[in-house]
Parts: sequence; structure tokens; C-alpha cells
Amino acid sequence: MSHLILENIGMTFKTQKGAFRALENVNLKIGKGEFVSLIGHSGCGKSTVLNIVAGLARASEGIVLLENREVNSPGPDRAVVFQNHSLLPWLTVYENVRLAVDKAFSNGKSRTERDEWTRHNLELVQMQHAMEKKPSEISGGMKQRVGIARALSMEPKILLMDEPFGALDALTRGHLQDSVMEIHAALGNTVIMITHDVDEAVLLSDRIVMMTNGPAATVGKILDVEQERPRDRLALSEHPDYVALRSAVLEFLYSRRMRPAA
Amino acid sequence: MDANALMIDVGEKLEQQEKAAEPARVPREKIIALSRAVIMPLITFGIVALVWTYVHEHVSNQIPSIPDTWDAAKTILAHPFYNNGPNDMGIGWQLLYSLGRVMAGFALAAIVGIPVGFMMGMSPAIQNAWQPLIQILRPVSPLAWLPIGLLLFKAVNPSAIFVIFITSIWPMIVNTAAGVKAVPKDYLNVAAVLKLSRLEIIRKILFPATLPHVITGMRLSLGIAWMVIVAAEMLTGGIGIGFWLWDEWNNLNIPHIIVAIILIGLVGITLEAVMNLVQRWFDYE
Repeated sequence: MSHLILENIGMTFKTQKGAFRALENVNLKIGKGEFVSLIGHSGCGKSTVLNIVAGLARASEGIVLLENREVNSPGPDRAVVFQNHSLLPWLTVYENVRLAVDKAFSNGKSRTERDEWTRHNLELVQMQHAMEKKPSEISGGMKQRVGIARALSMEPKILLMDEPFGALDALTRGHLQDSVMEIHAALGNTVIMITHDVDEAVLLSDRIVMMTNGPAATVGKILDVEQERPRDRLALSEHPDYVALRSAVLEFLYSRRMRPAA
Repeated sequence: MDANALMIDVGEKLEQQEKAAEPARVPREKIIALSRAVIMPLITFGIVALVWTYVHEHVSNQIPSIPDTWDAAKTILAHPFYNNGPNDMGIGWQLLYSLGRVMAGFALAAIVGIPVGFMMGMSPAIQNAWQPLIQILRPVSPLAWLPIGLLLFKAVNPSAIFVIFITSIWPMIVNTAAGVKAVPKDYLNVAAVLKLSRLEIIRKILFPATLPHVITGMRLSLGIAWMVIVAAEMLTGGIGIGFWLWDEWNNLNIPHIIVAIILIGLVGITLEAVMNLVQRWFDYE
């Protein structure tokens, strides 16, 4: 049974130049605990798909089902890690996560439990040392860690990540990818991650969903990544399956770019 | 001596040279910085003093000389807070009365202007409703409102406060509204994912996110209000630096006027400095 189902999702935006058809017939089924990457060229509607699942945008057609219930508004069961971290700059690292914890567990946990849970999640992303710092006082990678802690702290049914490491340098990105893999292994979250980084997609995902170019973008091809976990980026980079997957994704992206109307 | 040893040797020598050069270099930079901060302004003031003296000697001898003005300043500032009844008070009192009016009008404008700005920023309907009125009234000199104030309040003190209220309210409304509209969409998305209620969004997202803009509006307001109060008091009379200055003109006591101008300027930069401190305190970046 699928955990999350996207059925015939279509999206039309009204613009000044008239209607713009962004998505057409997007169908996708994601199992519990699965790590799925959405990859495609800029402007292909990846973010729109994520926003629809998050409930931040309403699909023009089709339906999103999470555990057999329709999704039509945002909520903490679908936590989002935003591309530019979106931490509130007037709150400390601790307070940013605590705000989410307080909202998600306003009835379920006592004050002390919420405090412990906030600290626990910051430890999970190795940010306990900077709890009292403001976002402006920590690095980009650290901010993104806090963003992930905030999302995880809501115990979401599904974790949505919108190009979470896109703005980071390669080394920091590598560290965060490792952290995400560890957390995914430990907690078994269901994750949808948008990326435009082929290596990142292959390293992290169980499946890679490749989207065609817009307008009227849709799911072009889905690749299964059957590498065993835990994965090691160094060992993997030499592995023939990895190399084959990597070139398959590149092939898809490259051939699509040559024929954007496809 | 092989090549490596030679390179180390050269490296050490370079290092020693740098160390030797450093003590000389740092003071020179300091001297340049000091001269920029102190000597350059001194040159400007020197030129002003020359022009002033020239005007005094060759254009109009009613403009007092610098020594005469200095003597006047010493007398005025010797007893800034003397009080010989309402018509004869020290310059400290005059400045404090003016500041009091500015603060009263400024506070009233904040109480009205910030909520109005918030509503305009949040609701396009309210924005549409208020925008034309504000656009018409904003360019009007606040002093034009003085007769209306005198008519309504039948007293000079509330009228002056009313003028300051009118002065201060437009920048507060406009900046608050702009601040609310400039709240990043991401913060609102965060609020949506967390399912914050409308009140929580205002309290926990919009208000803190808008605060720096609100303070910018307050800083601008305060600066203009301090300029306007001098003019308003010239017209209303009573106690206050504006009327004091005008009164000295009626007495043809020009040195006092120049002292007043300098004091008004000093109070103005103090207000500006205080608001800058507040602004820096609330700057999140």
C-alpha cells in the first residue's frame, strides 16, 4: 500500500500573458520510508509538485492522498525544508525549532518534554553547540541543519526538501548529505527531495523521478537505485551500477534539453 | 647549503623584515584614519569660521563675531535651567519643552500610525481605501495643519503636538505598510506549515519581521518632527526653543539665535544617534 499518492495532478497558473500550463498528469506513488528524488531542469515544475504535496499550492486537477486522506492545506505532517532555510532571524536556533515543536505537540507533550524534544532534534543534526545563536551568527550549512531539525521535530509523515543543499559549497553539501543519510537510516522517514544534482540524487535516493521539461511537465522516467544502505560515497563513486545510473540520469536530462518540446 | 635550506633562510629573512616593518605601518594607518576623522572636519569648520568672519566684517556687522557668539553661549549655558516665571526660563527648559511636544506627538502618531500601517500592509482593500488620502496629505507641510489644530483645541500646546502628530504619522504608516508587504513569502510558508493561527502569524511572524521597517519609519519621523517643532513654536509662542529663537530675533539678539541653531542641531544629532542605536538593536542580519 502506498503511503503517498499523486493522481493525475495538473496545474495551470494564471499569468498576465494568460494561462500557463505547468504540470500535466503527474502520477506518483511513494511507499512508507522511501527516499525519492525529483530531478529535472529549472522551471520544470519540481517545486510546484512539492508545494502541492506540502499544501502550499492547490493543484488545478487531480488529487494528493497521504495515508488515504486528501491533502488540501499545509500542515506539520508534511514538514518542508526550504531551499534558503527560512529560519526566523529574530529567534535563536533553539527557539526556531521550539516554535515548531510547540505547534506540533501543543497537546501531546508537556513543557519539559517539548524542551527535551527540541534539544534531541538539534543533537540529531549536530547543532546542540549553537542553540543560543541567532541564524545570522551561523554558517549556511548550519542553518540548513537547523532547518532539517525543525522539520524533523514535527515528526512529519513525510519530509519535503526543496533543493536543500543547492546554496551550499560542495564540501558542506557532502557533510549534510551524509547527515541526511544517517538520519534517514535511523528514523526511516519518507522523504521527497528536489535536486538538480545528479550525484546527490543517486547517492541518497531509493528512486529517482525524472521530470520532463515544461510547459505541461510530467513524470518522464523513474529509476530505481538498488544500492544497499548504508552507502559510502567513495566506494559508490567507483561502482559500475552507480556509474550506469548516473549516466542514465544525465542521458535523460541531456536528451530532454535537446528536445525541450518533448 | 642546498636549495631548501636557502628558501627557508630567505623566508625567515622576509618574515623578520615584515616584523620590523609592522610597528611603523600600523601607526601610519592610524594617523591617516585619525586625520580623516578629525582634521578634515576641522578644515571644514575652519572654512565656515572664515566665511562667518568675512560676512561679519564686510557684509553685515549685525551678524555677530565668533568671540561675541562664544561669550553669549557661555552666558546662556552657564544657567540652562534657571526659572524666572513662564516668560523667562533657561535654554535647557526651552529645549525640554520642545522635546516634550515632539515626544507626545510622536507617541500618538506611533499609536495610530503603526496599526494603520499594519492593516494597510495586510489588506489590499484597506490599502486601496487609504492610499489616495495619504498620497494627498503626505506632501502637505505639517504647519498648514496648525490653524486647524488651534481651531480644534483652542490652545497652543495641543496644537503644536497635533502638528507633530501629523508630521510623524505619514512615515510611520508608509514604512510599516511597506514592511508588512516585504515580509518574505518563506516566513509565511513556514507559518502555514506550522499551522499558526492568524493572531499567531501577526504576533510571531509579521510583527517581528516588520519591526525594522517600523523603526526606520520612526527614525525618519523623529528627524522631521524635530525640524517642524521649531517652526511650529515660532508661530504658537509660549515656552519652547522655536519661540525662544523667534523672541531673540524680536530682541535683535543675534548671538543667541546662532547659539540656538547650534543647540537645535546638537539635539537633532543626538535623537538621530539614539534612533540609530535602536535600529541596530533590531537589525536581525
